[in-house]
Amino acid sequence: MTAARRNANNTPMTGPAIETEGLTKDYTTGFWLAKKKRSLDNLTMQVERGEVFGFLGPNGAGKTTTIKLLMGLTFPSAGTARILGRPVSDVGMHNEIGYLPEQPYFYDYLTACELLDYFARFHGYGAAERRERVERMLKKVGLETAGKIQLRKYSKGMLQRVGVAQAILHDPQVVILDEPMSGLDPLGRREVRDIILELKRAGRTVLFSTHILGDAEMLCDRVGVIAGGKLRGVGAPKEIVGVQSHGMEILFEPGSGAGAAGILEKAVRMGERYRIEVAEGELYGAIEQLRAAGAKILSVVQVRQTLEDYFLELIGAEQARTSAVEVGEK
Amino acid sequence: MKRAGIVAWNTFREAVRDRVLYNLVFFALLMIAAALLVGQISIGIEQIVIVTLGLSAISLIGILMAVFIGVGLVSKEMEKRTLYALLAKPVRRWEFLLGKFAGLALTLAVNTAAMATGLAGAMWLVQGSLRAEDAAVLVAVYFILLKLAIVVSLALLFSCFTTPLLSTLFTAGLYVAGVFAPEIRAIGKVTGNAALDAVAMGFSYLLPNFDNFNVIAAAAHRRAIPGMLVAQNTLYAAVYCAIALTGATMIFSRRNLK
Ligand SMILES: Nc1ncnc2c1ncn2[C@@H]1O[C@H](COP(=O)(O)OP(=O)(O)O)[C@@H](O)[C@H]1O
Ligand SMILES: [Mg+2]
Repeated sequence: MTAARRNANNTPMTGPAIETEGLTKDYTTGFWLAKKKRSLDNLTMQVERGEVFGFLGPNGAGKTTTIKLLMGLTFPSAGTARILGRPVSDVGMHNEIGYLPEQPYFYDYLTACELLDYFARFHGYGAAERRERVERMLKKVGLETAGKIQLRKYSKGMLQRVGVAQAILHDPQVVILDEPMSGLDPLGRREVRDIILELKRAGRTVLFSTHILGDAEMLCDRVGVIAGGKLRGVGAPKEIVGVQSHGMEILFEPGSGAGAAGILEKAVRMGERYRIEVAEGELYGAIEQLRAAGAKILSVVQVRQTLEDYFLELIGAEQARTSAVEVGEK
Repeated sequence: MKRAGIVAWNTFREAVRDRVLYNLVFFALLMIAAALLVGQISIGIEQIVIVTLGLSAISLIGILMAVFIGVGLVSKEMEKRTLYALLAKPVRRWEFLLGKFAGLALTLAVNTAAMATGLAGAMWLVQGSLRAEDAAVLVAVYFILLKLAIVVSLALLFSCFTTPLLSTLFTAGLYVAGVFAPEIRAIGKVTGNAALDAVAMGFSYLLPNFDNFNVIAAAAHRRAIPGMLVAQNTLYAAVYCAIALTGATMIFSRRNLK
């Protein structure tokens, strides 16, 4: 059944899963629509098949703008985009794409079961298959007990889960998720992470946007960093958002041994405990010293750049504050 | 086409769940009150009164629903962004529009049929029986339904490019103008001004001509309605809806969703 659907759709089996070329979006604003705002500027990138790609950028960077262009919800001012080798204007291809909108909202007069069943109809499944899929998806996103509740009674996190369920309901080749972790509690985030990894294991392509570095690092084969509507770099998370360590941080409780005074001088006191930051190369030396001083080491962690630091460094404080570029006004 | 049907069915379900059909209770009460009242006061004209009142109420309630729900069909989905996930399914935008139109048309048809049944009940109460010539009332109800379909297509068209408030005003305005289409056509003739005549004629042909759809008086007097008029109105409504929906599709297919 699935195979037949794939063939019928005629999508080429090679080439990147998603590719954009010079993709640009200007929004007109103001009363007379005379002001132009460039939300996305000349985006050229590729997402390979089977890859988990993180679209990383601060708020207002142009992530949602890009994703809406990919889904054909808006139309580019310039440039082209293709998914599985076919132009994004080709709606028939949506059989192969799953999409989670940012802060999703659904028909609130339906229950989760009804909503998923409704969406499943567009993929041409029969009643038995719809029932089976709906049940499986609800279970997957942890809503099996809430399936019969109207969506108007759902919390934001529950809606987000329904959103994930409808995005993968039809087992699509390419899954595009706009801020999939937002609005979720830690358990929910973890479940979404597991779903993304599961999709990856099944050979699916996943593109998701996030402004949270940790999520991107944990899941992505590659990330694309976007800010101010421009792509600033693409690569493995490690290369891009340098896990450039700023050193190591040691947390300890001081002892009374020899040389304790020396190390305490450099440390910062936090109640009973002390915190000290050392360069990566000096880590073992510092640990030795602490041991000699009879200190009790509580934790050793890498001091990392925050995403905000990174963006500031990358595009300069000036541009980080203005989220999109103004391109002339009349 | 099948996908438009899926959208239509959900649109109908929404109307039912939003308790849109509760207006029927109001209509039923009105009919019962009218039937009881005319039975007491009038001599011989109660059959005319009950049909005039019933058809007018069916028309008014239908128009209100067609305008207000019609304008919200698309704009509500855009505003609440429920459309995003839907358009990510293999649904073309014209299928979505057609489905929305058909869904509300179905809702109005069910609603109107229920009201017509109520009216028949009231007639039966007043007359003591239903007769063959009462079929004229049925034709009048059918014309109301055609009129409602045109109104829905206009509401849909406007809501594809302007705000709900303006769409409501435009649709309601066009409806009123359409009811007075013959009068507008006559303006030029009356003034004898050739230029004004041309403008008025041109404008009146753009308007939906609802005058032909109003056979309430004829139905009240149980005058037979010519089959020619039935065919003509059916064709007119079909063409008008098709043009309005095509226009709506052309606009909506190019529209950037907020
Ligand atoms: N419909 C719109 N009209 C005008 N400006 C918009 C619209 N949508 C987005 N923008 C602007 O485009 C920029 C990028 O927004 P967006 O793509 O939503 O960013 P994010 O990376 O947070 O998803 C922002 O400055 C935003 O204000
Ligand atoms: Mg966004």
